[in-house]
Amino acid sequence: MLRFLLRRLGHGILVLWLISMAIFALFFVAPSNVAQTLAGRQATPETIALIQHRLGLDLPVWKQYLNFVTNAVQGNLGYDYYHQVPVTTIIGQALPITLSLALGAAVLWLILGVTNGVISAVHPRSLADRGLTLFALFFYSFPSFLLGLLLLYFLYFKLTLAGFDWFPAGGYTAFSDGPGAWFQHLVLPWIALALLLAATYTRLTRGSMLDVLGEDYIRTARSKGIRESRVVVRHGLRSALTPVVTQFGIDLGQLVGGVVVTETVFSLPGLGKTVVTAINQQDLPVIIGIVLFASAAVVVANILVDVAYAFLDPRVRLH
Amino acid sequence: MALLEVRDLKVSFDTPDGAVRAVRGLSFDVEAGQTLAVVGESGSGKSVSTQTITGLTRGATVSGTAYFDGTDLITADQSTLRHLRGARIGMIFQDPLSSLHPHYRIGWQIVEMIRAHDSVISKKDARKRAAELLTLVGIPRATERIDDYPHQFSGGMRQRVMIAMAMALDPALLIADEPTTALDVTVQAQVLNVMRRLQQQFGTAIVLITHDLGVVAEMADEVVVMYAGTVMERAPRRDIFYRNHHPYTQGLLASLPTRSGERLTPIAGSPPSLISLPKGCPFASRCPHVFDKCRTEAPPLADIGPRHQSACWLPVQASEAIAS
Repeated sequence: MLRFLLRRLGHGILVLWLISMAIFALFFVAPSNVAQTLAGRQATPETIALIQHRLGLDLPVWKQYLNFVTNAVQGNLGYDYYHQVPVTTIIGQALPITLSLALGAAVLWLILGVTNGVISAVHPRSLADRGLTLFALFFYSFPSFLLGLLLLYFLYFKLTLAGFDWFPAGGYTAFSDGPGAWFQHLVLPWIALALLLAATYTRLTRGSMLDVLGEDYIRTARSKGIRESRVVVRHGLRSALTPVVTQFGIDLGQLVGGVVVTETVFSLPGLGKTVVTAINQQDLPVIIGIVLFASAAVVVANILVDVAYAFLDPRVRLH
Repeated sequence: MALLEVRDLKVSFDTPDGAVRAVRGLSFDVEAGQTLAVVGESGSGKSVSTQTITGLTRGATVSGTAYFDGTDLITADQSTLRHLRGARIGMIFQDPLSSLHPHYRIGWQIVEMIRAHDSVISKKDARKRAAELLTLVGIPRATERIDDYPHQFSGGMRQRVMIAMAMALDPALLIADEPTTALDVTVQAQVLNVMRRLQQQFGTAIVLITHDLGVVAEMADEVVVMYAGTVMERAPRRDIFYRNHHPYTQGLLASLPTRSGERLTPIAGSPPSLISLPKGCPFASRCPHVFDKCRTEAPPLADIGPRHQSACWLPVQASEAIAS
């Protein structure tokens, strides 16, 4: 188990290192005028040179990269070009927002997706199955920004005009500043994100459950005279969850690194929106910091999925 | 009155190609404490009939009656059947490798069964009972192995676990659906021994589904030979082996390996489609003694001796002459 973790961690670090090089390369291939932007329109070439020097942009690229790596291994991801705020602070501020969004939506889409999938699988080809499949496919093929905008149009704009200001237009209130307001700000983004992802889980659970319900050990469970609901959940769903857990790990790992579209539509200043802003401003340290963090989240999620396997299935041994 | 009385059981499944008539008028009795062997090749309707009786067949059209201890299992609701399954009717299946849940410890699986029907027994007592059962079916160091997962057992051992589970609540009837088919020959004998020993100890009646006449010779009191969803011959074990009448029974026996090393004689051809059955005897197309009447009229299951019935037009003496 320990050897497994160390090896996977080693792989993860290798991946992160390669990604950091790739971002650096991409950034310097593209034309950059950060110093110009910072200095303003009337800046003299001397001022621009000074700013470039201060930001370390006058050094050769390999030297800049070396500086970055040396700092990064010490836990310092650098400072943003515009306000000199440490990148770790920026991530620290945006992460709770993204986490609130991703985890809340995860609860919703898991409940929705797994329940619908089980119902579909227990009554295959029934009206309920067809209805739920249609529902899932509808949102699966829906453009995510459009779903968010439609929710805003109907549940914020129209409702507020009608005199019910239940949902805000966007923005974020920290949980510590009021759980009620926190919840209110997140409901619509949660729904928008969950409906999109629930479809995958409905289909995954349905397929997996259909396979499992045909297994011999399900017949054994029925032959034991236990209640059908217990057969479906304790015996069926227990086995059918493995692919769901895999997908969940991958999805959550990706979302923790930033939910670009949903955060942008609902003006949530999470990692996704922050990185979009940073890209527009060519704020290299912030871009690298967030992309590396997002990659690390995916790497960790994958390791956790493999560890979860060992807990879910006694036949799996990690080595 | 017999423990289980099945009368004119018919089971069919609707498919896009037409109705598959898997069981077509099956009748048999199982006496308490006795073993009835149901023999026949794959697709003859052996498993479907027992699974239908116990309510494990889904989406089938069923008619007939199956009285178990005074209750008609065919018309009984799911809740009644559920309470009978496990408690009064134990079941074991063909493939012990896939019949136990891979994610749960075997002790847990046995305890679940006991507690599903016995609401007063404590978890601890149920566990103790499970360990006793495992010892009873010959699993060494049962108190340790009770916390193992199925994949830590061999096939034979897993089938013993299945038997322990099926016998946990001392059922009146055990339905064993090809219990030894997936096992090595040496292990087969051990598992059959365990079943026989428990049967004597508990007085359990057994319905033994098999296509292996060796197993029949070992275990059965009565034998039902099935073909294409219906009974071809029914007789006490001795009569099936020594005074058989139906050419299909004879064909089955001829395809059994003997110690003298003679070449096996397989039954030529394959069973008819259960969607469009031919007129007349279903075995006619493969029967070595077929004559005109067989192709136009299906023979009824007729008495040909004490507790001995056969569905064949051949005269009784003639068939015995052929058999000898």
